[in-house]
Amino acid sequence: MTSQSLRARRVMERADVARKIRVALMTIAMFAVVAAILSPLAQMALSSVKSKEQISQAYSPVLPSDPRTYAHDGETYDVYRVPIDGEERELALVKKGRTESEFIDPDNPGRGPITWQGSWRNLEPSWTLAPKWSNYAEVWGLIDYPRLLFNTVALAVISTIGTVISCTLVAYGFARFRFPGRGPLFTLLIATVFLPTAVTLIPTYTVYAQIGWVGTWLPLLVPTFFGNAYNVFLLRQYFMTIPRAMDEAASIDGAGPLRTLVSVIVPQAWPAITAVTLFNFVYTWNDYFTPLIYLSGQPDLQPLQVGLAAFNGLFYTNPAYIQAGTMMTIAVPVVLFVFFQRTFVRGIMATGVEK
Amino acid sequence: MTAIRTRRRIPMTLMARREARHGYLFILPWIIGFLAFTAIPMAATFVFTFLNISLNQQEPIAFVGLDNYRRLLGDEQAWSSLGVTFRFALLWLPVVIVVPFLLALAVNSKSIRGSSLMRVLLFMPYVVPFVASALIWQNMLVDNGWVNRALGWIGISPPSWLNDPTWVIPGLVMMGFWGLGAGIIINLAGLRGIPTELYDAARLDGAGWWRQLRHVTIPMMSPVLFYTMILAVVEVMQYFLVPLVLFNGTGDPAGATRFFNLYLYQTFFTYQEMSYGSTLAWLLFVITLVVTLLLFRVSRHWVHYAGER
Repeated sequence: MTSQSLRARRVMERADVARKIRVALMTIAMFAVVAAILSPLAQMALSSVKSKEQISQAYSPVLPSDPRTYAHDGETYDVYRVPIDGEERELALVKKGRTESEFIDPDNPGRGPITWQGSWRNLEPSWTLAPKWSNYAEVWGLIDYPRLLFNTVALAVISTIGTVISCTLVAYGFARFRFPGRGPLFTLLIATVFLPTAVTLIPTYTVYAQIGWVGTWLPLLVPTFFGNAYNVFLLRQYFMTIPRAMDEAASIDGAGPLRTLVSVIVPQAWPAITAVTLFNFVYTWNDYFTPLIYLSGQPDLQPLQVGLAAFNGLFYTNPAYIQAGTMMTIAVPVVLFVFFQRTFVRGIMATGVEK
Repeated sequence: MTAIRTRRRIPMTLMARREARHGYLFILPWIIGFLAFTAIPMAATFVFTFLNISLNQQEPIAFVGLDNYRRLLGDEQAWSSLGVTFRFALLWLPVVIVVPFLLALAVNSKSIRGSSLMRVLLFMPYVVPFVASALIWQNMLVDNGWVNRALGWIGISPPSWLNDPTWVIPGLVMMGFWGLGAGIIINLAGLRGIPTELYDAARLDGAGWWRQLRHVTIPMMSPVLFYTMILAVVEVMQYFLVPLVLFNGTGDPAGATRFFNLYLYQTFFTYQEMSYGSTLAWLLFVITLVVTLLLFRVSRHWVHYAGER
């Protein structure tokens, strides 16, 4: 081997090492960013099993804990972290004094009291790990979780049925039939995405109030049976990728358009229909504003999000309860996401790219 | 010339007419829904602005001319709340447009491992209900929350995010990070759609990372950036639900979260003043429309559509 090719190899090896270091650094940096963005989830999970007392203390540990105590001779003493001879020991405070206090070593109580010079008020308490799982059971009862859950599921299921049926029909109409005004009508449909809700809300609310729908589920459910821009768009894009030859074969066999939709298009469009189902289910699950204004006086009919916001107003003095309640309302969408993350991601990609 | 003119006059064949009838029949649910829930209410909102409709007052409904608009002109609370919305928009819009783009760029980079896991993790908060995410972030931003502990470690004396009128807006922007998931995915889809030949050609011309970004990636991504920008503008103008949940509609601290849409919501929902609420709604609509049209006009200069020369 000539010296020249050897040198070339060494240069390439060095470049390879540099590249590997860069990959490692960039990957670590990005995962740190991701961890920072998701860290609130961790704080929620930890807070949800803390005691009210722990949260109210400014420098309490990150993990759910209780102040450590030690029972001795029928009395309960608090345990503190005491610096003695440059070493920190966990000792139970048995006799408080202003300038010196007496402690007992819980691991070796027979040795008798240890005297320590200094003000015990400056000592840090010792903590032991104590997740308070009972928070969940308490919140379950306080917010009438079963009722809220039932309402949420019922609203989500009915509105999803309405959305899937209506959007499939409308998307099929736009994808497969030629009719005058199709282009402008489709543009109009898409334009509704950009319309501020407030500009249609007030007369709608007024009419619902007049006909007695306010305080019922009807304003939340009826509109879902008339299609919406996002889902029609998503389904239409998918329907257009299904070869027309297939519907033509069906129509030669004498199938009408509705039959073609049910027996040819729908079976092929399952990925898109699943996406619409999931999106709408999660959307309804997460919706707050619509149920808030239409069900404000009816706690029995409200879904989880409205119940959670009201719960926050009532129990803001106990953040642990709020976080436990929050955990209970996000569990279902998060689990759905974990199982169907691919469908979610593809659905979002489909609505974003075409534009 | 004449051929083009007469094309529309050709009567539709029987087949075509039947096809059209079927088409209309299938989109009928949407047409009815559009009329009932969008077109007619929108027109009614406009009509309401000239009336005195209020759900809790017994006065007969009457035509009041421009009274509502006159009230709007002198309504200090409306304009100051519009100011709050604009101030928030100024801080939020750069974040909501640029951050998803940068994160997508990083996830898409060849120097990153585990990008599909990263994509899923970054998108995940998208499915967290925003009431829940507001409460989770509230816990994060309280005085001894994790954000302030982290700032303490690096030696910054942290602000009181939720009690300080100056810092509450940046606090709300931080909460908004959980709403960026969809934007990241859309940007990622856009980046994957850029033909690799463009980068090969740029490299042949000696372009480094920065010039490839400047002359290939950004122009090719401009339609996606424009799309996220328009959606973000429409959304930011309506922003108020997170502070509504956190501060129970009080506008705390010191009116710093009294957003325009909060004022609108309280006017029509709390005080049931439908006509004045409609006037506020029209103002919001007109502002959104004007800003959107301006952005469309300016977009001709920077948005590059493939296939258009």
